[in-house]
Amino acid sequence: MASFGNAFSSSIGKKLIMGITGLFLISFLAVHCFINALIFVNDGGLTFNLGAHFMATNWFIRAMEVVLMAGLLAHIIQGLRLVFQNQAARPVKYAVVDGAANSKWYSRSMGLLGTILLIFLIVHLSDFWVVSRFTGIPTVDANDHENLFAVMVARFQTPWVVILYVLAMASLCYHLLHGFASAFQTLGWNHKKYTPLIKAFGVWYSIIISILFAIMPVAIYAGFIK
Amino acid sequence: MAELNANIPEGDLMEKWTKLKSSMPLVNPANKRSIEVIVVGSGLAGASAAATLAEMGYKVKCFCFQDSPRRAHSIAAQGGINAAKNYQNDGDSTYRLFYDTIKGGDYRAREANVYRLAEVSANIIDQCVAQGVPLAREYGGLLDNRSFGGTQVQRTFYAAGQTGQQLLLGAYSALERQIGMGKVEMFTRHEMMDVVVIDGKARGIIARNLITGELERHFGHAVLLGSGGYGNVFYLSTNAMGSNVTAAWKAHKKGAFFGNPCYTQIHPTCIPVSGDHQSKLTLMSESLRNDGRIWVPKKKGDDRSPIDIPEEERDYYLERRYPAFGNLVPRDVASRAAKERCDAGYGVGKSKLAVYLDFKANTERYGRIEANKHNIHNPDKETCMRLGREVIKEKYGNLFDMYKQITGEDPYELPMRIYPAVHYTMGGLWVDYNLMTTVPGLYAMGEANFSDHGANRLGASALMQGLADGYFVIPLTIGAYLSKEIATKAIPLDHPAFVEAEASVKSIVDKFFAIKGTKSVDHFHKKLGKIMWDKCGMARNAKGLTEAIAEIQQLRKDFWSDVRVPGEANEFNPELEKAGRVADFIELGELMCIDALNRNESCGGHFREEYQTEEGEALRDDENYAYVSAWEYKGDVTFNLHKEELKFENIKVAQRSYK
Amino acid sequence: MSTGNMNLTLKIWRQKSSKTNGKLVDYKLSEISPDMSFLEMFDVLNEELISKGDEPVVFDHDCREGICGACSMYINGRPHGPKEGVTTCQLHMRSFKDGDTIVVEPWRAKAFPVIKDLTVDRTAFDRVIAAGGFISVNTGNAQDANNLPIPKVQADSAFEAAACIGCGACVATCKNASAMLFVSAKISQLAQLPQGQPERYRRVQSMVAQMDAEGFGNCTNTGACEAECPKGISLENIARMNRDFLSSKFVSEESI
Repeated sequence: MASFGNAFSSSIGKKLIMGITGLFLISFLAVHCFINALIFVNDGGLTFNLGAHFMATNWFIRAMEVVLMAGLLAHIIQGLRLVFQNQAARPVKYAVVDGAANSKWYSRSMGLLGTILLIFLIVHLSDFWVVSRFTGIPTVDANDHENLFAVMVARFQTPWVVILYVLAMASLCYHLLHGFASAFQTLGWNHKKYTPLIKAFGVWYSIIISILFAIMPVAIYAGFIK
Repeated sequence: MAELNANIPEGDLMEKWTKLKSSMPLVNPANKRSIEVIVVGSGLAGASAAATLAEMGYKVKCFCFQDSPRRAHSIAAQGGINAAKNYQNDGDSTYRLFYDTIKGGDYRAREANVYRLAEVSANIIDQCVAQGVPLAREYGGLLDNRSFGGTQVQRTFYAAGQTGQQLLLGAYSALERQIGMGKVEMFTRHEMMDVVVIDGKARGIIARNLITGELERHFGHAVLLGSGGYGNVFYLSTNAMGSNVTAAWKAHKKGAFFGNPCYTQIHPTCIPVSGDHQSKLTLMSESLRNDGRIWVPKKKGDDRSPIDIPEEERDYYLERRYPAFGNLVPRDVASRAAKERCDAGYGVGKSKLAVYLDFKANTERYGRIEANKHNIHNPDKETCMRLGREVIKEKYGNLFDMYKQITGEDPYELPMRIYPAVHYTMGGLWVDYNLMTTVPGLYAMGEANFSDHGANRLGASALMQGLADGYFVIPLTIGAYLSKEIATKAIPLDHPAFVEAEASVKSIVDKFFAIKGTKSVDHFHKKLGKIMWDKCGMARNAKGLTEAIAEIQQLRKDFWSDVRVPGEANEFNPELEKAGRVADFIELGELMCIDALNRNESCGGHFREEYQTEEGEALRDDENYAYVSAWEYKGDVTFNLHKEELKFENIKVAQRSYK
Repeated sequence: MSTGNMNLTLKIWRQKSSKTNGKLVDYKLSEISPDMSFLEMFDVLNEELISKGDEPVVFDHDCREGICGACSMYINGRPHGPKEGVTTCQLHMRSFKDGDTIVVEPWRAKAFPVIKDLTVDRTAFDRVIAAGGFISVNTGNAQDANNLPIPKVQADSAFEAAACIGCGACVATCKNASAMLFVSAKISQLAQLPQGQPERYRRVQSMVAQMDAEGFGNCTNTGACEAECPKGISLENIARMNRDFLSSKFVSEESI
């Protein structure tokens, strides 16, 4: 009988999981960033809360949330497994390694960057996701929507939280700088004409998304967004 | 004294191989499964033979000293492979390839063998392309060809400057396929130390596992040697560091005659020696002579930079001496001409042992063509050079890079400096038409045999011969022998002949460690190389050869009393490997000098100063020397000469002229 | 015997056999000529060691012209040393300065165990090729070579992939000791040629399976392999292999 065999357990299959989940998370980031950027309307969070309300109540988004969590977990677990497997592939380490001579530091540090992002995610999810889904958002805004904006403003009054978020977004930027183009390479979507475009888009995407995310807590802390 | 029988099939030259193929005794598939064949060497000849024999159903064991069969030195061949395909419609034919090869070999090769080689040459290209060997193509999708020395047609197929690599990887992949299917058992990092002869027939080998040092006995109904040439007897050569004569030499000592040992090819275009530390020489492909013009200054000791020497003060000596073939004369002729100029004091570079190979004229010519293609009319010189450089880069980029790496000079700016270097040995184990040596069941193929190139090999013919032997000749001719061996059961490895052969190998190994001398193996190798290069190199004479024989005999004594081999026998010990190889080279070197001294004529790569025309060309003596020298080992480094008369029935023997 | 004026400190990995542990050992060398190749510098060192009664350093090398793929030294943290596009044997001492310290280690990967000193066992590569790196055509079955026109661009691209010398620098430099560049070069060569089509999907599956079985790491697309490859084998080959592998698993109806 025909079967998929070792499609996912082979080395390329494992990378396939990383690539597909990675691209999925990348697309999620765009949506997340767009909704969050609604705070820049600077209307006391009304537009943002509207967006958040839509995200929290639309059945499709809710369904996708499950997929997202599954994808995130798969990305994390597979990523960690790869890190350990890859370390085992070189049991005796070199005394001297000149990695800078042939590759970017962030390409070689995806595991580390990912781990920073994982720690950040734990903080970030307990800050907002747990609150909005489980413990409940305490107040409502003028439109009678749950006031997630208020939770956000409150959270970003603490300097170390802001710093953590900014650092995490720097990690995200470098994680994406490698991950975006890498996912295409892993999926074999390589073309002499399109690949340079994809790479350039990936760089801009990584920088813009990360900067937008990083500006939010800073702007709130600085009082530009009220 | 046994009469040499070349076993050339009867009949018309053009029918011999076809008839033999149809009448060759066959071995039925069931019997093939129980017949074991040992192949020593995994280069073009060895890998192709091992793969083909396994495809046919024989049980094959293949041995190489490298860590992978893919590293055999065939991989370093650059320029191309000849085949009489006539794809260029320039009048090529099997006969013309045959004729060019016989003439190129200065009428010292066996007609029947060479004709067969020319016949199967076309099949080789078909086979390799079917295997996925990416030979160069034109935009129409068809195969491209280029010219090589000694011919006036374009019949050389190539893959940039890496033809040998691509062909070897093709043969290697065929071999690995058989290994994967369990039909070939591969022994890498194993060196053949001796042939085991039982009742006059080759029945196996003693091999040393180079990692553990263990001596192993292997049985085979037949033993095939594809162990390459012996150019490293000169220490400095274009051969790989590990290339050696040991397998062939051990076979020789077990009764296989050694054919034409003095025929060595000195390749004209190599990067000159830069100092005492030099460990090997690097070839610049002959294909460069397609577009490079060779010259020296007209003035002795002219120290100007080559770009400052004006056109009229340059001596394009090959074009001057050989207007018909110009820079594409055969290798032996080009090498001697370079030596002549340097000896006369016109050499260039620091050592004065170099001539220029200049691409400027053709770069400009190509540039002009390109400019035309780009619709640039009346291009200036700079535009031409820029566009031409692109063309040159496409054709020879890797060679130019290699040159720059080694010399630190940019050949796009300055002409290359080149000088002849030892490259190939036409001599080797004597074999009959079936490629069997004088020991029944022991075969030799590729560079390891003497058969097809006479006294000089034409460029792009080595790859052709290696693959012809391995893919198309041996797999068939071996049937004549093996069909009579189907009743022979595998001989147990505790047979006295195996025990004795292993003991004698072990005693040699022990002897190396017992000497505890003061000099490294390389010390002796370098000394041998110097004697050989000075006295048995590009030009030889009776006095020098006589001296060389005495010097080598002395060197042999010194070696066996003062060599130091560090480490132990039962471990990975490259110094021990080298010691064994150099010991054999020293004995071979003596035989080469004896052979060169015996051959009182000049032919091809063998140039005896006493025998030359007034213009300094090689002067053959067809009356007395139209024979193959086949040397029999008589024990204690003494040899007995046997002669195989060469009969030319299809070609009129003439003085070679490339004028 | 040496004629140059460079003085060097070498730190070389010495390991008696696969069963023992190794360590870096210091050696001083003087009068090294900048015209020497890196391996000729090792020849000088070994001559000195032999004359002192020590054991010479064992390293793989053969053709010394950058094509056999035998030489394999990890020099100052990079396979084949500091120059791009060359093998260790093509590296010349003019790439170093007087007074330099040079650290030389063997290729390090689980799939490439050390045999002795700087020599490693790379037979894993051969087994990967044996698993499928060929076109199944027996001798004597071929049609005329020109019956099969192949567009030049395709032929050239296949040739570029086929230029791999199997040295293992890609594995050595990869932070994961992944063999993807080596394996993809062969797959890509054959996948681009019409002759390679009948076995295209079987080939990629069996070769990848063998690669995994040998214990190489996974590819992270850092690009280090491409940067260090002495023959400039492109990362595009890896993408092509990935594509073919996924097609073989999810598009092809054949399961292997």
